[in-house]
Amino acid sequence: MTIQLTPSAVKHIQASLTKRGKGIGLRLGVRTSGCSGLAYKIEYADEMRPEDVCFENDGVTIVIDKKSLPYLDGTRLDYRREGLNEGFKFENPNVKSQCGCGESFNV
Amino acid sequence: MLLQITEPDNPAPLRERKRAAGIDLGTTHSLVASMPQGVATVLPDEKGRVLLPSVVRFGEHGETIVGHSALPWLVRDAANTIASVKRLMGRGLADLGDARQFPYQWVQTSGMVRLKTRAGEKNPIEISAEILKALRLRAETQLGGALEGVVVTVPAYFDDAQRQATKEAARLAGLNVLRLLNEPTAAAIAYGLDHGAEGVYVIYDLGGGTFDVSVLRLSRGVFEVLATHGDSALGGDDFDHRVFCWILEMAHLPPLAAEDVRLLLTVARSAKETLTQHETAPVVAVLSTGIKIELILTAEVFTEITRHLVQKTLTPLKRALRDAKLSVEEIKGVVLVGGATRMPQIRHAVAEFFKQPPLVNLDPDEVVALGAAIQANALVGNRGLDSGEDWLLLDVTPLSLGLETMGGLVEKIVPRNASIPLVRAQDFTTFKDGQTALAIHVVQGEREKVSDCRSLARFELRGIPPMVAGAARVRITFQIDADGLLSVSAREQTTGVEASVEVKPSYGLAESEIARMLEESLAHARDDMQARALVETQVEADQLIELTQHALTEDGDLLNERERAAIDAALTELAQRRQGQELNALRLALAKANRATAEFAGRRMDRSVQKALTGKRVDSVVLG
Repeated sequence: MTIQLTPSAVKHIQASLTKRGKGIGLRLGVRTSGCSGLAYKIEYADEMRPEDVCFENDGVTIVIDKKSLPYLDGTRLDYRREGLNEGFKFENPNVKSQCGCGESFNV
Repeated sequence: MLLQITEPDNPAPLRERKRAAGIDLGTTHSLVASMPQGVATVLPDEKGRVLLPSVVRFGEHGETIVGHSALPWLVRDAANTIASVKRLMGRGLADLGDARQFPYQWVQTSGMVRLKTRAGEKNPIEISAEILKALRLRAETQLGGALEGVVVTVPAYFDDAQRQATKEAARLAGLNVLRLLNEPTAAAIAYGLDHGAEGVYVIYDLGGGTFDVSVLRLSRGVFEVLATHGDSALGGDDFDHRVFCWILEMAHLPPLAAEDVRLLLTVARSAKETLTQHETAPVVAVLSTGIKIELILTAEVFTEITRHLVQKTLTPLKRALRDAKLSVEEIKGVVLVGGATRMPQIRHAVAEFFKQPPLVNLDPDEVVALGAAIQANALVGNRGLDSGEDWLLLDVTPLSLGLETMGGLVEKIVPRNASIPLVRAQDFTTFKDGQTALAIHVVQGEREKVSDCRSLARFELRGIPPMVAGAARVRITFQIDADGLLSVSAREQTTGVEASVEVKPSYGLAESEIARMLEESLAHARDDMQARALVETQVEADQLIELTQHALTEDGDLLNERERAAIDAALTELAQRRQGQELNALRLALAKANRATAEFAGRRMDRSVQKALTGKRVDSVVLG
């Protein structure tokens, strides 16, 4: 069970958390939505919940609920610039197909 | 696709039941109901009482007392203890008829009534809000937290002002109003869902102060209101008043002090209530003057002195059936709502009229609140949690809505008994060349002439670009939301200039004005059509006169003296007939003037074509 963060992702998450001023880390998850069934959730984590699993990566805490974990196991989270946009990219080995816009995926 | 970090969602677990309540804000009593376990139940107070008397008292020490504990003060402190405030909602002093029949001190004002009380001047909205606050507290205590939203019921006959006032009162009480619901419709929800019976039903709702009759069709889970009628000034209070008058007569009483009036009304009411179970009721009271009253009221006498009140409820019944184009035989069931329907003579009269006994399975006092609770529950999103709650609700407008057009005629945009919520649009245009503004006058009623209808609102659309008469396209849209509140907007189509108004009149219709307006529209149907025809012809005449005069100044040289004289004569005659009321004579004069000017119009046309073509090459004309 691993989740990897690229150095640029670590940097951005730390900067974001400092700017926000609270939160124990980052919560990753999946929810059912979009055209291909599942979509990523990426939000600040303010607390651990009983169903959560926690990962440490270069000082950044990543929180994932147990239901989402199988879909995210082995994911490498990158923060990158594409054209004019900057943002997080999930490099997820579990994904079998993605919808055209990349918002949702299938495993 | 690149993702951003978002704030965490509210950690509300999914599919948690939200707290919602239905409130029956009644004239004499108010109730609150909810569906805490998926079953609608009325919520009692800490002493187990379901009905909260709609009485508010402003006490000596700045305290506000609502309900049972305020009741004794009705007699002792009439000016500071307000009952039946629902009758004052959205009303002006002029609407009340004889304001002296109320034991209150009125503030002289032209808008909604205000009462002088110990706690300062209060309007009906503020007083109603106190009742709603008490119900809110009761519900929140029992449901264990703040209410997500409420559905408040109103009589089907409440006009926009009264609905708006009710909504404001709820907001003032800190309630989130999901929607206002017509009381009979709420009753239908309570019955329809409990029994799942399809067919056409009549809801006969005789409350403390209002009478409503609604014809509803229930089919495949859909409630449709086919017609509504009623009398906004008829209710159980009137039966009390009849008994009160009977006491005055029998005891030969002199004019009474305010507290004695209250005392006797209370005695009268308890006698009425006794008679629902017994054949006789004692009437005993000691007045402040020391006069002692001891009478016995029999069911027979009671039936006799209230016979005309019972009869009065039958007229709206007949009208509603006629509006719905139904006969008595087509009615599958009759639902009785309101405490006053416990009176045996009412049940007899209804059974006789419909040739079947009315439905009384549910408590007539509770049924409206129960229905409101069911709807509130669905509106906050608990619907999916309870099975079998998949229904739509159609409601209707009580009176037609329209606009004033040239000559003071009404153009109806929304017909009476149209299903709401709704949007209706119609295009209008300018009447004069270069007209840059349009005055929009929204009216309510069934008559053809504006002066016979009720004015709801006026506003102006400015900034229309100058064009010839009839070229501008102004779309006027009437929108009625689920609460029956109206907004009207006007938009000039080429420029997009817009103006709109929300109808929120300062006060409502006079007592039984709606009923009168409906009656008159039937009685005057023929006159109205005549009047409409006359005004339309007058408008046409004005237009012809103006156009011709304009043409004469511009192209008068096209005519010789004799022709000119003929046109002048025809116009003079037309102008004369225009002032009269003779439709046929006016029509003849109009036709004559049209004939007299036909040749002139033709010549003008030729001239303008010539002008247009002068100096142009043939190919540009053909291609252009």
